[in-house]
This record gives sequence, structure tokens and C-alpha cells, in this order.
Amino acid sequence: MSLDVIIFVISAIVAVFGATMMIAQRNAVASVLYLILSLVAQAVLYIQLNALFLAALLIIIYTGAILVLFLFVIMLLNLRGSEELVDKSSSLGRVTKYLVSFLLVLELVFVVRSSFFPSSVGGGVMTSVKSTGFGSVEGVATLLFTRYLYPFELTSILLLAAIVGAVVMAKRERNATAPAPREDNVTEEVKR
Amino acid sequence: MIPISAYLIVAAVLFGIGTVGVLISRNMIVVFMCVELMLNAANLALIAFSRALNIMDGHVFVFLALAVAAAEAAVGLAIVLAVYRNRETVNIDRFDMMKW
Repeated sequence: MSLDVIIFVISAIVAVFGATMMIAQRNAVASVLYLILSLVAQAVLYIQLNALFLAALLIIIYTGAILVLFLFVIMLLNLRGSEELVDKSSSLGRVTKYLVSFLLVLELVFVVRSSFFPSSVGGGVMTSVKSTGFGSVEGVATLLFTRYLYPFELTSILLLAAIVGAVVMAKRERNATAPAPREDNVTEEVKR
Repeated sequence: MIPISAYLIVAAVLFGIGTVGVLISRNMIVVFMCVELMLNAANLALIAFSRALNIMDGHVFVFLALAVAAAEAAVGLAIVLAVYRNRETVNIDRFDMMKW
């Protein structure tokens, strides 16, 4: 086994393990930490696929921003693993959920296994990269600011809309009646 | 070299785990995290195809998907906060006020 294969197998196993533990945990904070583990393993896979810039972005944006936001909200709401959050559906319903998901994975794997990769995709085998700048900041930026300039500018509008939407949604109404002390804490944190 | 189908299968398995999480989890925040995981599985498939085709357009798609994921997380968590203020819970079974 070459080093490539060993790295792939280890990071794939860690990614799947982290994802599985994430949904198995009752404590939401532990779920976030397992998701971070899974995402770091996925970043290793990105690096193996020569997507160096995106691997760095995945770690910076996801673990640095999005998951910290999740942690903030979990701690604001002071959530503990309570019995109330356990799945209370019948055993038939639970089996159906697993079965449907398993069939979905089976279907996807079957499509991948049976699909015909034309020679332009290297017949399904990775060919060596053509240019040395593949996946670099320069390569991504060149595409982003030439061919995909319009979608890139639209992203800024999307982010602006998201910011405004988040502020409007998280803001408490002025005439809210009888605020509990805990609610006060929540709003104070959000306003900050 | 590792074939592209290996990466695609990893992406499919991660997507499936995300689906299971969305279906079985009662905690709304965990449901959100599972949606993020599913987005990431799709990103992995995009990058694998991009690498196999030797063109970098897939990287731009993933870049834009990351921006959308960030926006989605911000708005989603704001909704969670707003609903929590009304219901004092994040149990998704009790978020049925829009059910007709």
C-alpha cells in the first residue's frame, strides 16, 4: 500500500467515525466537537485532491466560524442532554428512518460503482494534475474574478440578506410580555 | 492513485449519515449540524470531480457553497433562538406551530 492509500483510508475512516459519533451523541457540545473532527478529516481529503486553498477555507470557515457559532448558541440556550430530546417515535418508525437512509446510501454507491467514467475523467482513475497551480489561491481567484464574477458578487448580496435576516429574527419584540431572567440574558448576548 | 469512485463513496456515506441524523435527531441544533454535514459531503464530491476532470470550476462551486452554508447557519440559528424564546425548548417535535 502506498502512502497515498494509507492517508486516504485513515482520513475516510476518521471522517465517517466523526459523523457517526456526532449523531450518536446526546450532548450537543460533544456533537459539535465530533463534527469538527469529521471536518478536519475531510480537509485532509481535500488536500489529497489538490484543493489546498479550499482545505484551508474549510477549517477556517467551518471550525473557526460556523461551528463556533453553533457552540455559542448551545451555550446561550444552556442545553443539556435531556430525556426530552430522545427520539420517541415507534420502533417501526425508527427502523424506517434507518432503512430509508441506508437505501439512499446503497443507491448512491450503486450509481457510483456502475457509472461509466469517460476518458476525459481519466476513466475514473485520477490523472496527474496538468498545471502546478491547481487548487492554489491564485487558481481559484482567477476563476472567481473572471468567469464567475457575477455569482461571486451575488454571494455578497446573499450574505448581506443573511446578516439582516439574522438580526431581525434574533431581535426580541419591544412589547414582549413578562421577560424571564434567562430570556434577558439571551437577548443581551445576541445584541452584543 | 486512488480512483475517483473511492472519494464519491466516502461522500455518499457521509451524506447518508447526515440523512440519518436529520431524521432521528430531536435536537434542532443537531439537525442543523447534520445539514451542514450533508453540504460538506456534496462539496467533497464536487472537489473529487474537479480533480478528476482537471478543471478548477468545482472549486469555485465549493467556495460559493461555503458562503451559502455560512449564511444558512446564521439565519438558522437566529430562527432557533427566536423559537426557543417562545417555546423554551429546542425539541423539533414541538415546532409544529406552522402545521395546519
